Parts: sequence; structure tokens; C-alpha cells
Amino acid sequence: MRVCIPRESHPGERRVAASPESIKKLISLGFSVSVQRGAGTQACYTDEAFAAAGAEIVDDPWSIADLILKVRPPQLRQDGVHEADLLNEGSRLISFYWPAKNGELTDRLKARNITAFGMDQVPRISRAQKMDALSSMANISGYRAVVEAAAHFGSFFCGQMTAAGKVAPAKVLIIGAGVAGLAALGAAKGMGAIVRAFDTRAAVRDQIKSLGGEFLEVKIEEDGEGGGGYAKEMSPAFIAAEMELFRQQAREVDIVITTALIPGRPAPKLWLRDMVELMKPGSVIVDLAAESGGNCDVTLADQVVVHQGVIVLGPTDLPSQLATTASQLYAQNLVHFLTDLGGAEFKIDFANEVTRGSIITHAGEVLWPPPKVAAPVASAQAAKPAEIVAAKPAATPAKSGGHGGGAPGKPSGSASVAPLTWISVAVLAIAWLALRGGDSSGALQFAQQLTIFALSCFVGFQVIWSVAPALHTPLMSVTNAISGIIVVGGILHLKGDLTNPAALLALGAVLFATINIGGGFLVTRRMLRMFRRD
Amino acid sequence: METFLTLAWVIAGVLFISSLRGLAHQETARRGNGYGVAGMVIGIAAILLSGVAENLVPLVGALVIGATVGGVMAQRVAMTAMPEMVAILHSFVGLAAVLVGLAAYLDPPQGHAGMAHSIEIWIDVLIGAITFTGSIIAFFKLRGTMSGRPLLLPGRHALNLLVFLASLALCVPFVMAEGTAGLPFLLIMTVLAGLQGIHLVAAIGGADMPVVVSMLNSYSGWTASAAGFMLNNNLLIITGALVGSSGAILSYIMCKAMNRSLVSVIFGGFGAAPVASSGPAQVPEGEVVATSIEELAAEINESREVIIVPGYGMAVARAQHAVRQLVDVLKAKGIRTRFAIHPVAGRLPGHMNVLLAEASVPYDIVMEMDEINEDFPKTDVVLVIGANDIVNPSAQTDPSSPIAGMPVLEVWKAKRTVVLKRSRASGYAGVDNPLFYHENTRMLFADAKDGMEKLVAKLQG
Repeated sequence: MRVCIPRESHPGERRVAASPESIKKLISLGFSVSVQRGAGTQACYTDEAFAAAGAEIVDDPWSIADLILKVRPPQLRQDGVHEADLLNEGSRLISFYWPAKNGELTDRLKARNITAFGMDQVPRISRAQKMDALSSMANISGYRAVVEAAAHFGSFFCGQMTAAGKVAPAKVLIIGAGVAGLAALGAAKGMGAIVRAFDTRAAVRDQIKSLGGEFLEVKIEEDGEGGGGYAKEMSPAFIAAEMELFRQQAREVDIVITTALIPGRPAPKLWLRDMVELMKPGSVIVDLAAESGGNCDVTLADQVVVHQGVIVLGPTDLPSQLATTASQLYAQNLVHFLTDLGGAEFKIDFANEVTRGSIITHAGEVLWPPPKVAAPVASAQAAKPAEIVAAKPAATPAKSGGHGGGAPGKPSGSASVAPLTWISVAVLAIAWLALRGGDSSGALQFAQQLTIFALSCFVGFQVIWSVAPALHTPLMSVTNAISGIIVVGGILHLKGDLTNPAALLALGAVLFATINIGGGFLVTRRMLRMFRRD
Repeated sequence: METFLTLAWVIAGVLFISSLRGLAHQETARRGNGYGVAGMVIGIAAILLSGVAENLVPLVGALVIGATVGGVMAQRVAMTAMPEMVAILHSFVGLAAVLVGLAAYLDPPQGHAGMAHSIEIWIDVLIGAITFTGSIIAFFKLRGTMSGRPLLLPGRHALNLLVFLASLALCVPFVMAEGTAGLPFLLIMTVLAGLQGIHLVAAIGGADMPVVVSMLNSYSGWTASAAGFMLNNNLLIITGALVGSSGAILSYIMCKAMNRSLVSVIFGGFGAAPVASSGPAQVPEGEVVATSIEELAAEINESREVIIVPGYGMAVARAQHAVRQLVDVLKAKGIRTRFAIHPVAGRLPGHMNVLLAEASVPYDIVMEMDEINEDFPKTDVVLVIGANDIVNPSAQTDPSSPIAGMPVLEVWKAKRTVVLKRSRASGYAGVDNPLFYHENTRMLFADAKDGMEKLVAKLQG
């Protein structure tokens, strides 16, 4: 099977869907590889390097291809030819695709009986991570966004104490801690800035902290996990609180990098015009969602807007700016993807989640969007509320799990009340019987005992909750020993002649209860002596 | 004299509360135990000195013999056998309560006879007998003398109800009887309650023993409290209530940690291997990848954070000392090493902590589940030693799993999880563990002790 890699035709696109290493791997997978002359020039890969790796350098890759590997989806070239029309009938295509907004392309490919895969549609499951081209590109965008911001920012990122005076470190706010956001966090931190990050998904808090960022929180309990590594849309109350937080941050930070995307929808507007106006002149906003409409009100895609002294960037071609690395990573993703398809065998197996998820057209049929079979994965692609609800239970047990073991230390209402009510009901029943049966002085005595009993139960509950779980075994043996106090009962009945059955029984009780006392206290002592600190 | 005793009871009661209070932290725990001993000494000394006690010679004899027997047991017991020890001690409390109850019936106090007194005796003996026999069964199960499998009689709930109603019915003629004429009824009821205790605990599976032991702990407290009402003794009431609530809270914590309701524990029959479990359980995909000591040692050498998750398997193999050596080696290499303890790891609440303490593992690196669960994602290597259900991700992901909803240690989030296991058998809950199929997981099939010793040797060499 002949794989061809054409030159990208999109203006300004510098990436290419191959690298010399990837060509070697493709050949070892059983493909023969042709590369269009000059395809890698912009990514600093020479035709010689491709040829040395085993590729044939051709001038017209389209006519000889069984499989075309591309970065951008096929599009209308400047010479008026649509790339989709160049594909051989019944051949194959793998590229970024964006099927939701490329319906017309899908129609063309369907008509030409093309088998097309969208690399952007690879499901975000752990097995498919090595094929996740979106993450590869997002990683680059995040890094590059910081570089862009630094280029437009009028100061250091790193705070400095110079002989001429002090320079404060830049404060960077990152909105959306996905792959791009975390990459930006790492890069900004590496340059010495103070970095804060905001995300609606509580799960990323640790990731933010592990990179040295500060996690900003809205004081409302709501998890924005929407499945597949994306966030869902939040409630109005949450958004209001979020906006409040942003306004407060706008006064402080120097750089804002926004990365919030909701799949299949325009990007959410998070950084409003008034927030831009609150920022200090010279501050920089990098809006990585510019291609989907931008997270910032002021953003214009691919333009530098200066709004009241604040510089707003809306770059859409950041991966292309790091063309060499972007091409290398994308080419690796493609190799993994083709390996998953069985190499040159090119098996179309609809039981394979990755294949089914990413296939767009095949044998004259449109197969996108894939059916939502595997619930946890399918919800990655759809941000509809129904799916979000389905994805939530996964998080909830984990949360309640935190509570289960966390019971000690806090006398939580429901925990202690249930047994307490149970006890008090039983106690009241006894009280009733006793009051009916006993004379008045007996009843009074009983009432007093009942008071003591109830108070002791309460004290017991309070005290025991504070016992460290590590000491539960010693606690048991100590309570064991203490309950040996029943020995008192034995002693009180050890009266009269020892031939008296009551006295004999009492003697037995004393014996057994004392075993308990001796054994319980000593074994506790033995255990507690073993606990030591370093 | 009455005043003197009452004062002594108050002091002893306060000391007992301080004792439990002291157990809140490791630093104060030993002092707590001391308070308990002091309370007990004051309680017994007061009654001996007050002149209420008669037959001093046999009495002191019984005290000395009992304390000696208990002391010897306490010295001899192995830390791994602590659950059995605790269970058998519970049975003694139950037995003592039954004996005291019978004695109290045969030797009624002046001025407090009547219906209320009889009912108190009845309750005391009932709980005491259940505690006694139940604890003995728990003891045999924990020792392994009896099979850990639950005994599931047909219609066991009906049987429980029937026995309980029978005991209740026997209460009526017993209370009505003049003098000590009700003794036969009391004895029959004692036997019935004893049988019920056997049945209740026999119906509970081996893995659920932590709950059972703490339930019995609670029962032994309530029985002491009932004895206090019976004897008009406030110290017994206070102490019993303390112990009873302690056991109840422990049971509650254990149940929470195993995601089970207290009711199902009391009536037994859970902890069985799921018989035709509800719904199609998810079959884990992927394959089990085995690793070797060499590979594990190389991975550990390159890591900075290691967490060890011990389970019952570590106790069975008595591997705690080998694990301690591992900790020492890792520490010498500058690798941060901690332990993650699940609330129901082992067969007794806090069992793992005691075992690790026995092996001189400092307690400040032994963490509770809540303290450490968030740290797994940034951990390089997690070593799971003889644990299964407590690290099973299907508790969170598979609603049809029998352990669904049970809080678990999220070890699969670590960069590498190595599970040390003797074989591929599933845990006590009978659930297959998707953790073993996880892509970051490696299996090391070895005996826990043997494996740890070899690993230590490899790391040192």
C-alpha cells in the first residue's frame, strides 16, 4: 500500500504529516512511502532527509496514493482545485478533519467512496493516548502561548533584584487546565512567573499543584467534569461566582492565557470586555480559543488587538510555529494510529473503539458521529446534559469514599444520631416497664440511672470519634479490659457460703472478668509500646 | 459507706473516660492505658475496702488467677493473632455477664425486686449469652479452626426472628414467677440466646470479621450496662455505655468502609461470595503483565515517591518485618516511603497499624486512606502487598459490582502499581479486580515475605 504525504496547501501552514523517523516506521509497517517534493521544507525536513529514510520524492503525490496522510483537512487550493477531488476513487485519507464544520467535505469524500479518518476524533481513552494528536498540538500551543505572551509583554517573567532596583515577577492566570493550559503553566512557571490556574473540574487541582501552580477556586460545590478531558457548561450561579473571581484577578495579573473549549460548540466567553478594561495597560491576553470564537470578548483571530493598552492575541496557528516538533509529534501519532489499524493490512474493524470513533466516511457511507455505545468514552465527544449526568456517578463514589474513612474526627450528625435514637427508644421502653413495675423510690432510682446511662452514651460517642483510626485495635483491647468492670457485679454477689450456687456463679464471673482485665490492659500496653515515631 | 463507694465510682468513671480520650493520639495513648488501669484498680480496691465484699480469700484468689491467666495470654499472643485475642476476651465479658445475671436472680437484693429487676436480668443474660457464644465462633473463625465461609441456613432470618420471639415469650412466665421459680425459663432462654449468637456470627463471612468483632465489642459493653441497671451500679452503667458506644462507632466506621449497612451485619449472611451476582459484571479488558524482582528493584531505584499498601496477605505471610527492612533501605536511598492503610485492611480495625508498629515502622509514615488517597497520582511506585478488594477500581466504576460504592485506595492512579500476590485468585468479595489488568499495573507473583526479602536483597546489592 502506497502512503503519500503531500505538501500542505493552507496559507501559513508549516507542518507536514511525516518526519524521517516516522517514514522509517511506516516502511517497517509494510507501507511504501512517497513524499511530495518540498513538503517538509517549512518544518526543516529536507527532501534528502526523507529520501534517506526510504521515501520516494515525487511531484504529484495524489494520483499514486492509496492512502494520503495530511495535517489539515483537504481544502480548496489557491489554484482553484479542491484537494478532495484529487484523491483517487476508493482510496484513504487520514488528517485532522473537524467533521462538525466540514460537512461539505464529507459529502465530497462520500461521493468519491473515500475511507477517511479524523485524527481529531480519536476517542480520549487511555489506550489511544499515543494517537492523541489533539493533545500533541495542545501541548505545543500551550507552550507557544507563553512565548507569544512574553514577546508582547514589557517586562520580565521572573522577578529580579537588580542594582538598579526591584522588578516584580509577572503574574500569569491560566483559564482551563487541559493539556494546553498545563503546558502553558509549566512553561510560565519555568520562566519564573507566578502562575495561577482556574478550571471548573476539581480533578485537575492536583495536576495544577504538581506543576507549581496555584489553583483558584470558586466557593461553589459543582464539578465541571464533562467526560473525555473536557469540561461541561456550568450553572448560572457558578458562572456568576466565576466572573466575580475573574474580575478580582483582572486587577492583579499581567498575563492571561485562556484555553477553554467545549467540543462542538463556540468557545465560552469567559474574559469579558470589562475585565480587559480592568487590567493594567501593557498586560497581555493570549486567547487559544480564537479559532472557535475566542474566550475573550475582544479577541480577533490571528490579529493583535490593543484594547485600552491591553494587548490581546488570538493566534490560531501556534502548532505551525513550532513546525518541526509539531510535525514530528503528529507523524508519531499517525504511525501509532496506523499500527492500531494493523499497518499495511489496514483493517477496518468497527469493534475497535479507536477506529469506530475516528472514521468519518467509508464505502460511500457517512459513519460520523459514532454511536454512543461505550458510555464513559462516548460522552467525551458530546457535551449534552444527559451525557454529563451519566458521567457524574463515576466521580460521586470517589467523593463519598473520602467521607467514609473520614468519619473519625468529626462527630457527623447522621453518624451518631442513628444509634443514639435506637438506644433512646430502647431505653424509653425499659423506663416505661420499670415505672409501672417499681414502687416510687425504685422508679426514681431508675430515672437517675437512666440519666447517667444516656449521658455516658453521649460522652462515649464524643470521645470515641476522636480516636485515631490507627489506634482502633488498642481501643478495642482497652474497652475490652474496661468492660471487665463487670467483676464488680461478681464481687457484690459473692456472698454467704460458697456452696450457695449464687456465690459460685459469682466467683466464676469474677474469674472470667479478671482474665479480661489483666489480658486487655497488658496487651494494650504491649501494643502501644510498639508505636514509635521516627 | 454508700457515699464512699459512689465517690469511688465517679473517680473510676472519669478515669475510664480519660483513658478513651487518651487513645485519640499516639502521643497520649500510653497515658490513656494507664488511666484505664488506675480506674480499674480504684474500682476494685474501693469495693474490697468498703466491706461490702465477703469471702475475701476465694475472691482475691480468683482475682489473682484471672489476672495471671490474662497476663500470660497477653504476653504470648502474636500480633498477627490479635483479632482472635480480642474475640476471646469479648466472650469472657459475655460469660461473666451471664453468670452475674444468674447469680443476681438467685440472690435478689433487698428492696429492688419486682418486675423491673427481672426484666433487667433477662436483658443482661440475653445480651451476655449472645456475646459469649458469638465471640467464641468469631474466635474459631479468625483462628481458621472454622471455615471463614458463611453458614447460610435456609430461612435464617425467619429462624432468627423465631428464636427472638421465643426468648421474648419466655420472658413473660419468667417475670411472673415467684421467687426463683422462673429459673428454668431463664436457663432455656440463655441456651436459646447462645444458639442465636452462634448462628448470627456463623452466618458472616471471614472478610467481614472486622465488623463482627467491633459489633461484639459493642454488645459486651451493652451487657455490662444492663448489669449495671440490674445491680443498681452506676459505674457499670457508665463503663458499659462507654464501651457500647465505642463498639457501635467502630462498627459504623467499618460498615462505611465496606459500604454495608449495619442492619445486614447484625442479621448476618453477608460477605458471602456473590452467588449469581446482580447484572452482568464488567469483564476487565487487557492483560495481566507479570514483573520480576529485578525489574521492580530497578523501578524503585529510579523513583522518588513510594507508597506501600498492606493487606491481610501481609499479616498471613508475617511479612511486616521484611516490609520494615524495605522501608529502611528505601529511606537510606532517599526515597520518600509511606504506607496507605484502608480502614478494613486486615481482620480488626487498625490491625495493619499494630502489625507495622510491631515491626518498628514509625507511625508518622503510616497514613489513613483519606490522608493519602490524593497523593497517588504523583507517586512513582505503589506496592500493594496482599490486598485486593480495598484497591479494586470497580468499586468506583462498575455499579453492578458487589463492592460498588465502597471507598477504595486509588492505587491505579500512580505511575506504576505493583501488586504482590501469591496467585491470581480474587479477593474475599469474589470480585475480579480490573486493577490487575490496568496498563500501569505489574503483578509480582510471590509469597509476601519471601518476595520482600528478595527485593530488599536486590536493592542492597
